[in-house]
Amino acid sequence: MNSWKTKRQLDIERRYQTLVERFTPNHSLAMNIARAFLWGGAICTLGQCVSEIGKVYLGLDQAGTSAFTAIVMVFLGAFLTGIGQYDRIGKHAGAGSIVPITGFANSIVSAAMEFRREGLVLGIGARMFIIAGPVLVYGVGASVIVGLAAYVVSLF
Amino acid sequence: MMFVKAFVVGGLLCAIGELLILKTKLTPARILVGYVTGGVVLGALGVYKPLVEWAGAGATVPLTGFGYALAKGAMDGVAESGLLGAFTGGITATAGGVAAAIFFGYLCAVIFKPKTKT
Repeated sequence: MNSWKTKRQLDIERRYQTLVERFTPNHSLAMNIARAFLWGGAICTLGQCVSEIGKVYLGLDQAGTSAFTAIVMVFLGAFLTGIGQYDRIGKHAGAGSIVPITGFANSIVSAAMEFRREGLVLGIGARMFIIAGPVLVYGVGASVIVGLAAYVVSLF
Repeated sequence: MMFVKAFVVGGLLCAIGELLILKTKLTPARILVGYVTGGVVLGALGVYKPLVEWAGAGATVPLTGFGYALAKGAMDGVAESGLLGAFTGGITATAGGVAAAIFFGYLCAVIFKPKTKT
């Protein structure tokens, strides 16, 4: 490989590489992960608050509580995206704003808003699932496989 | 105490996602798909349930929790109504979140005007 390069050239390249690595800020990895941890943790704590409200004040059962929590968190994610605040959070939070279910809502609203000018049907209606669609395809698809496997196991 | 557990577990799941984005160049869309599918698999193996019981929303709010709910719904569906439940269970269990995402998503896209990116 690279037989035409002289030993000197290779040496310079190697030194340049170490120089680049030294000047690339390496705290950014730890900082980004810490930010994702804090924001993601905060969003999940908010979710815990919503779930306690559903359970204690609204007297919902377990299935009702989880549905209520999902609906409220999705609403918050969609609303904050609509008023342009979720993307601001996302700049700091990274995966902390993507991984929670609010990020799922964010992916729907931001895609829908972006393609709004293409119309209500093929613009918003189709494009809102540009990221959420694959999530549902793989999630629901995998759950059917799990269900079929559980059925086969139940036969024995 | 439940709030602290939710914070730590939810934060850790997001930190893993951030690490994956930074280290593997996976796009957010792939992270979301991976998390949901991972949640389904972990749910089916019975690994995720103890985490949900221990950390509450810390485990259910991240998208792995959505996958867990899908898998749990499918398995509960099979236990209740047999083969049919394999198809109805997953979506039944997550109907609230999915319907809310479609409804509020559409509504917000129609009501709010996109801001010019700064």
